[in-house]
Amino acid sequence: MLISVASGKGGTGKTTVATNLAYSLGKRARILDCDVEEPNAHLFLNPVFRDTETVNAEIPKVNMELCTLCRKCAAICRFRAINVVGKTVLVFPELCHSCGGCFRVCEPGALTVASRELGQVERGEAGDIAFIKGCLRVGEAMSPPLIKRVRTYEAKDRINIIDAPPGTSCPVISAMKGTDFVLMVTEPTPFGLHDLKLAVGAVKILGIPHGLVINRADMGDDRVREYAREENIPVLMEIPFDRRIAECYSRGGLIAEMVPEWKESFQELYQKIQSQVLV
Amino acid sequence: MRELVVISGKGGTGKTSLTAAFAALSKNSVLCDADVDAADLHLLMNPSIVTRTDFQAGNEAVIDKALCTECGLCRELCRFNAVGEDYVIDSIACEGCGVCVDFCPVKAIAFPVKICGEWYRSDSRFGPMIHARLGIAEENSGRLVSLVRQEAREFAEAHGHDLIITDGPPGVGCPVIASLGGATAVCIVTEPTVSGLHDMERVMRLAAHFNIPGMLVINKYDLNPAMAQDIEDLARERNVACLGRIPFDPGFTRAMVQGKTIVEYEKDSELTKTVKAIWEALITSPVMNARGIKDLSYMIKPKQGENVL
Repeated sequence: MLISVASGKGGTGKTTVATNLAYSLGKRARILDCDVEEPNAHLFLNPVFRDTETVNAEIPKVNMELCTLCRKCAAICRFRAINVVGKTVLVFPELCHSCGGCFRVCEPGALTVASRELGQVERGEAGDIAFIKGCLRVGEAMSPPLIKRVRTYEAKDRINIIDAPPGTSCPVISAMKGTDFVLMVTEPTPFGLHDLKLAVGAVKILGIPHGLVINRADMGDDRVREYAREENIPVLMEIPFDRRIAECYSRGGLIAEMVPEWKESFQELYQKIQSQVLV
Repeated sequence: MRELVVISGKGGTGKTSLTAAFAALSKNSVLCDADVDAADLHLLMNPSIVTRTDFQAGNEAVIDKALCTECGLCRELCRFNAVGEDYVIDSIACEGCGVCVDFCPVKAIAFPVKICGEWYRSDSRFGPMIHARLGIAEENSGRLVSLVRQEAREFAEAHGHDLIITDGPPGVGCPVIASLGGATAVCIVTEPTVSGLHDMERVMRLAAHFNIPGMLVINKYDLNPAMAQDIEDLARERNVACLGRIPFDPGFTRAMVQGKTIVEYEKDSELTKTVKAIWEALITSPVMNARGIKDLSYMIKPKQGENVL
């Protein structure tokens, strides 16, 4: 089972839901933190990491002794990552999308493979729960290849919980694509609703079954619930605003650990997801 | 031209609510929504759109089935696994690199320009606003961020505005990087939670990487006063001045439900006073007022007889 937890708007409680769900399911769960720009799940589950791998993007490096200044590399590169200026070839590593086009057109073989660090993938365990975390290098713009790398550690025999980044563009798509269910976490406010609609749009393009968790359910207004009704999106859980929950979160605590009833609620949430996926 | 970019690292710390309040308190500024992925500022500004322009960025490969011989070269070359077994290109996976287009032996792949969204120049009750909508599941959000900021800058210069207030995106990736280049300063809005602290630290490093001076605002500080102190201490170590602390207050949500900024919704409340004091500290800060250029403090001085919000 692959469950991605997404939201559109940031700060609605994605990580809260992902970590509490994983905690409540125990050893059956595996968490993959794909919010690589700002990974936070480890702050709540406190995993012990035993393996760190650096993920690189493949970029070209020019050997000027072989280069004939034919400019074919500059012509094929749509990202302007390689350019010929006078008698030198300039490579702009941060613009390179690793498409491999320049290598292919370089007839004298003047390009060799170099790398740019995208970030790191750390693997370990939080108690019984397998934990995989992607972390984008600060200053790096491209997160999708790193997200895809994190997702290579999905395990078929586990409940994989993917903490997705906010937004609706390429990083989120990379985190949701191919999952069995998207759990959308929102808050009942105008911002929450507006961004939820965008997220639902993205999920529908991907054609993945989805359901809603409404966080801070008693703040704001009723328009999120009305929208869910109109769109036939099941509301699978509501978490009220409670200062104790907010304070527990602020310290890096889990409500499912603090209050046993919440652990049961998250286990029920998983059962509801299971029945949604089977439908 | 000066530009203040409001960012946070972590989402949901109150960036947009504060940006909108700053817009209400400022004079002679241009508003820019650079959170193009999930733009929300317009929900508080209710702008009327003056011009609407397509955002064209990049290209998308499309295979012409009538010409395709299914030789398999494009599938072999594509690093993004965008060519399906049926020789239909998955537009979401396509990165727009054009390698398949250039190498197709029978020239069966077209490469039309993509329209990834649109951008707007609008008028709002607090002045001109430049904003955008990125198409759902689209790429190139960084380029759209650069575009709206460029348009805001050109508009401000052409019409004699001294300041651009930009609502930035969350995270530290592509759109955030695009929102930082050339900014005068960033205002980092954080909250005293383990994730607020963690994400703020990363976004501070990013701002430092691009040499942009930072200032800090701690929202919801009373949820964890000890953590708020840790955050302030970390900021001090990094030469980021903490301009104020805002208590957790459902007033922000109530104002949002009404489509208003907090300073309009609660004219004389303690919360509004706190936000106003932060705005004044921001606008009169040394980083926003380098020597030799016009002092922005005129923005917070009421003209005679004028009723300040």
